[in-house]
Amino acid sequence: MARIGVFVCHCGENISATVDCDRVAENASGLPGVVHSVDYKYMCSDPGQTLIKEAIKEHKLTGVVVAACSPRMHEPTFRKACAEAGLNPFLCEMANVREHCSWVHEKTESTTQKAKDVVRLLVEKVKRNEALQPIKVPVTKKAVVIGGGVAGIQASLDIANGGHQVLLVEREPSIGGHMSQLSETFPTLDCSQCILTPRMVEVAQHPNITLWSYSEVIGLDGFIGNFTVKIRKKAKSIDEHLCTGCGLCTQKCPVRKIPSEFEQGLGTRPAIYTPFPQAVPNKPVIDKLNCTYYLKGRCKLCERVCPTQAIRFDQPDEIVEVQAGAIVLATGYDIKRTDFFPEYGYGKYKDVIDGLQFERLASASGPTGGMIRRPSDGQIPKNIVFVACAGSRDPAKGIEYCSKICCMYTAKHAMLYKHKVHDGTPYVFYMDIRAAGKDYDEFTRRAIEVDRTKYIRGRVSRIYEKEGKLVVVGADTLLGGQKVEIEADMVVLATASVANPGSEELAQIVHVSYDRYKFFAEAHPKLKPVETNTAGIFLAGACQAPKDIPESVSAASGAAAKVLGLFANDELTREPLVAVVNRMAPPLFSTCIGCFLCQPVCPYNAIEREEFKTRDGKLLKAVARINPGLCQGCGTCVALCRSKSIDLYGYSNKQIYTEVSALLDEALV
Amino acid sequence: MKIGFYPGCSVDGGSREYKESCRALAKAYGIELESVPDWNCCGASAAHNLNRELALALPARILSLAEKAGMTDLLVPCAACYNRLMLTQHELMKDETLRKNISEVTGLEFKGTCSILNVVHWIQKWILPELPEKIKKPFDYKVACYYGCLLVRPHKVLKFDRPEDPQSLDEVMKLIGATPVDWAFKTECCGAGLSVSKTDVVADLSGKIVRDAVYRQADALIVACPMCHSNLDMRRREINGYLKQNVSLPVIYVTQAIGLALGIDRKELGLHRHFVPVNLPEKAEATK
Repeated sequence: MARIGVFVCHCGENISATVDCDRVAENASGLPGVVHSVDYKYMCSDPGQTLIKEAIKEHKLTGVVVAACSPRMHEPTFRKACAEAGLNPFLCEMANVREHCSWVHEKTESTTQKAKDVVRLLVEKVKRNEALQPIKVPVTKKAVVIGGGVAGIQASLDIANGGHQVLLVEREPSIGGHMSQLSETFPTLDCSQCILTPRMVEVAQHPNITLWSYSEVIGLDGFIGNFTVKIRKKAKSIDEHLCTGCGLCTQKCPVRKIPSEFEQGLGTRPAIYTPFPQAVPNKPVIDKLNCTYYLKGRCKLCERVCPTQAIRFDQPDEIVEVQAGAIVLATGYDIKRTDFFPEYGYGKYKDVIDGLQFERLASASGPTGGMIRRPSDGQIPKNIVFVACAGSRDPAKGIEYCSKICCMYTAKHAMLYKHKVHDGTPYVFYMDIRAAGKDYDEFTRRAIEVDRTKYIRGRVSRIYEKEGKLVVVGADTLLGGQKVEIEADMVVLATASVANPGSEELAQIVHVSYDRYKFFAEAHPKLKPVETNTAGIFLAGACQAPKDIPESVSAASGAAAKVLGLFANDELTREPLVAVVNRMAPPLFSTCIGCFLCQPVCPYNAIEREEFKTRDGKLLKAVARINPGLCQGCGTCVALCRSKSIDLYGYSNKQIYTEVSALLDEALV
Repeated sequence: MKIGFYPGCSVDGGSREYKESCRALAKAYGIELESVPDWNCCGASAAHNLNRELALALPARILSLAEKAGMTDLLVPCAACYNRLMLTQHELMKDETLRKNISEVTGLEFKGTCSILNVVHWIQKWILPELPEKIKKPFDYKVACYYGCLLVRPHKVLKFDRPEDPQSLDEVMKLIGATPVDWAFKTECCGAGLSVSKTDVVADLSGKIVRDAVYRQADALIVACPMCHSNLDMRRREINGYLKQNVSLPVIYVTQAIGLALGIDRKELGLHRHFVPVNLPEKAEATK
């Protein structure tokens, strides 16, 4: 026989101003099964909780209904109080009479009536609640970090320094990401490589970090604490153990005219290459699409010159499965570089370049040795125009967001240019100067005031070539929209930061959600910025949204902290509000008919196939089984199941049905 | 084959060579261009700045009449008329109440079944398929295709070509043997209605367009809008004054250029009506 206690909260005046709380309590005491019913000013306060605890003991309650705020607010509080009094916490329910009642209605008789109704149906529900036990899952204390840019490097080092194993997977032949391409960094103008390369080396040498470069994640199974990651280690065509990284092969390779990805196409590389001198690992790979041997079946010059016989032309791709407890996505961003800006002649005029290309021109290790020379003829540009927001913040272009880093790096570019070309004039066309950050505004002011960059507030409508000059046509909105024409020698477009190619594919492989721009989605924009909606998968850096270096590093450390928090436990505890497929004695085993229509609708890939076999292996029946470690209790499968074989703990069909019946005041089943 | 035709004021008046060349092209293809019966002003320039209801009712009446006459394809050569008709159809199709109200004003039912074609659409749909075998004399000139503003904007509504660097006229020109030049003023403003009130501004804006076309060594400017044509052609004296040189670069409608390639008589195409004489260099004609 049920013995239910009802506790009606006034929430100060939040509820009692429009709901007659004592009448709600009084009414509840007359409901079948209710043995105790009181109201109190603040139920969540210590005395309020004590009230509940004592009532549980005194009246031997088998269920508790707290009529107060939303369960999102205080359900954990009251469930904990119940547990402390020896009642299974899942026998405590919240009747939401604040958000769903007092806050949204006037003080009328029907408002109190609604509160009574809400309490009544929760009383009926709680009678059918079952005592549930939290689910425990073991944790594999090893993390896989995907992406070896500055965010991935930081996350790997933090987790590794926390004493756990990390596997860092990088798609390119070297870690370093975009940061390794940068010349100098804002707002301090310190050399990007000088601060990054020690970190890269640390990754390579850390005893807890395994680095797999030239590798890609191609599959992910399992759930938080228990992932199986499938990784393709692309064939580098060299034996990494034999190769000493002497570089003789890269010097002798006869194919030399391949546009270098690292140099953003402004320099070239051979077919067997390391992307840049400070690469980690500093061992070359053979680019099969451009190597003469792979294309024509002859050459093998690298094999002949290699002093350690490390070249392996027949090396296959290797597919490896790795167990991991947590995943950090740190796949970074890319910049827009197509003919997305026909009005700017990008891709048509050699001297209209993007921000990353300018970084390479300004870099001491770049194709011009750090001299600002324009790509077309190597001349030093005397007039240079920087166009901020090239594509960003432009609904007509489909990129409505701010790319965030451009204001700062454009100011930096203008300064670097001025520091190298003293008699040159840098112009910047901008919409707004967004320099929010420590020492950021001071930095942009320095570009304007000390380095005399000419900032023009307005957008560029067109860039065209005339008599060897690039005519930049724009508006100066501070001069009343006056038309400005600048004859430039070189134009740098701060093109929009966009999600990395392949990010959508990766999101689908690892089952995390992404936004309409294909950036990975965080679980909560403010309170869970490094978590994804998939438990155990975390985000670091610009794969989530455009971010600068400090922000990427902070996010990476945040993600690492989450991973370390997860690894601090040997077992994970989760709420048991999961779906379950019924089981019964043979020969039926379950009412499930094995149609598996539930499998494709499950957003969490939680539904597996369970087979019942005879001792000699003959299949008797295959039915669905829900992995409680993966199930998030969304209930989609329950609604879909044709044979009504799936039910949801805590929200069973029976419970919901009783609630509806109670609401309609019908005879209860 | 009959196709609906909405001339509008300019094509019926000052730019009648545009209509003549459309009709000449249609004739060569056995297409009959049937004018919308009892058509009225589309309201361009004036109405949409003053009164939204009027701005929608005027084109709505035209479209309703075309629908009533059973026209499924409606050729609208003037870019401004095309723009007004398209915007009206767009507005009315997304708002049922508005559609009802405007129908009350016009006294005619509006269904939105008419497919509104600008001249390039029309060429793409009806002229291009048989074009290669019909060409008698390839139009072997360097041309600067000028799109102006109304043919490609607003992209959200018209969904025609790419607004910043349109290509459709260039593609058509290539098909008749011409070489489109890569130039910077494809969609720059010609000055539009300021032609009458502030001619000096038009001389400045249109002057820059003409100057760049000359700099790129174009033999002709190709247009698809009577407003652009009148500014670039009729205002040539003012343009010459602004440029301080006499520019003889002719301004030709896309339909006229195709007509020439098809070997249609110059007079039938209305080429004699231009202010800037259409004297294309002989060399090209001699080679073919």
